[in-house]
Amino acid sequence: MDIPYTTEARPDTGLYNAKVGIWLFLASEVMLFGALFSSYILLRVGALPGDWPHGLLNIPIGTFNTAVLITSSVTVVLSWAALKMGNFAKYRKIQFVTLLCALGFIGIKTYEYNEKFSHYEVWKSNGERVTGHIEGAGKFWTLQTLAAKELDSITIHADEFHYSVPAREQAHIKKERKAHAAEEGGDPAHHGATLTIPTSDIQRLSAFVPSHSTYFAVYFTLTFLHAMHVLGGAIVIGYLWGPGAKMYRTNPEQYINRIEVSGLFWHFVDLVWIFLFPVLYLL
Amino acid sequence: MGSSPEEIAKHVKVYVAVFVGLLIGTMLTVGLYHVHFETFAVTVAVALLIATIKAFLVAAYFMHLISEKTAIYAILAFTVFFFASLMGLTLFAFGDIPRLTP
Repeated sequence: MDIPYTTEARPDTGLYNAKVGIWLFLASEVMLFGALFSSYILLRVGALPGDWPHGLLNIPIGTFNTAVLITSSVTVVLSWAALKMGNFAKYRKIQFVTLLCALGFIGIKTYEYNEKFSHYEVWKSNGERVTGHIEGAGKFWTLQTLAAKELDSITIHADEFHYSVPAREQAHIKKERKAHAAEEGGDPAHHGATLTIPTSDIQRLSAFVPSHSTYFAVYFTLTFLHAMHVLGGAIVIGYLWGPGAKMYRTNPEQYINRIEVSGLFWHFVDLVWIFLFPVLYLL
Repeated sequence: MGSSPEEIAKHVKVYVAVFVGLLIGTMLTVGLYHVHFETFAVTVAVALLIATIKAFLVAAYFMHLISEKTAIYAILAFTVFFFASLMGLTLFAFGDIPRLTP
């Protein structure tokens, strides 16, 4: 038995099956991300001032990745348009760029994650908190790692500011330092101090991993779920671009519909990132 | 949406224009990060406004929602309702916001 409406539109709705299917699926995806976004809002507004880190993510890299995803979104729709105009070779070329962008996005995200896994915060017994990079440390170190390695102290290259210093204040201090350096003719670039902290003075040690704080738990949950959507979309688009393209010879209409539907999913993933980027990186 | 090759060719121009618009929106969002608004609420409102405009561009033109069939709009009407309700639920938690002044 043939499945009806795989290519021609159903007379009453004017839609083919897959189009209805993908929109129903995207509706459920909106609710999935919506649930996480509303959790984010509750956690964000409920956080005490100074408890919610900011300025820890790499904004230039995040911006570049946003541009990569936007580029892939336009190539998806352009490749579909090329197919619609009967130019299969052009579709293949443009969609290849989409796949490169998808891999690029995931690669950059992996790099960002890696950076976080070796960036540390130290809670000292006297209540002081320092963030920075520990000399000779790998990823995921904790107080237990120091004990296992029998390290009496750590040397940390501290960041210029702890994240509890509000962004406005950071900008103000930087400005003053710059003016000061101009007067004295010194170097305006300021790097945090290099500190040696005895292990006995450390109450807690954590890299920027999900268990570091509510912020990073939210950050990793949302961005990892999103990255998995990018990966899933890339697998589908890659399959249709490669082995799945056989269908273009036997049933071009259905093939073009598949490209359109996979494109709709891809745009949705882009749309989620449009909100994730400012919310996690900038606010 | 019309889908004759001539019409598609016209759409391509729109797609490229939307792409440029999205890139400008991204630069604007990042640029405004360095501007310190009066209150945090204004910063949030501006960032979300730009994001919403970008989301509209993607949904309307890349996803063709500007000229979609009624059945799709019907599905999305439900989505909008439930999504808005979900976001609205967070308002009940305003009593949990830490008070800055005693």
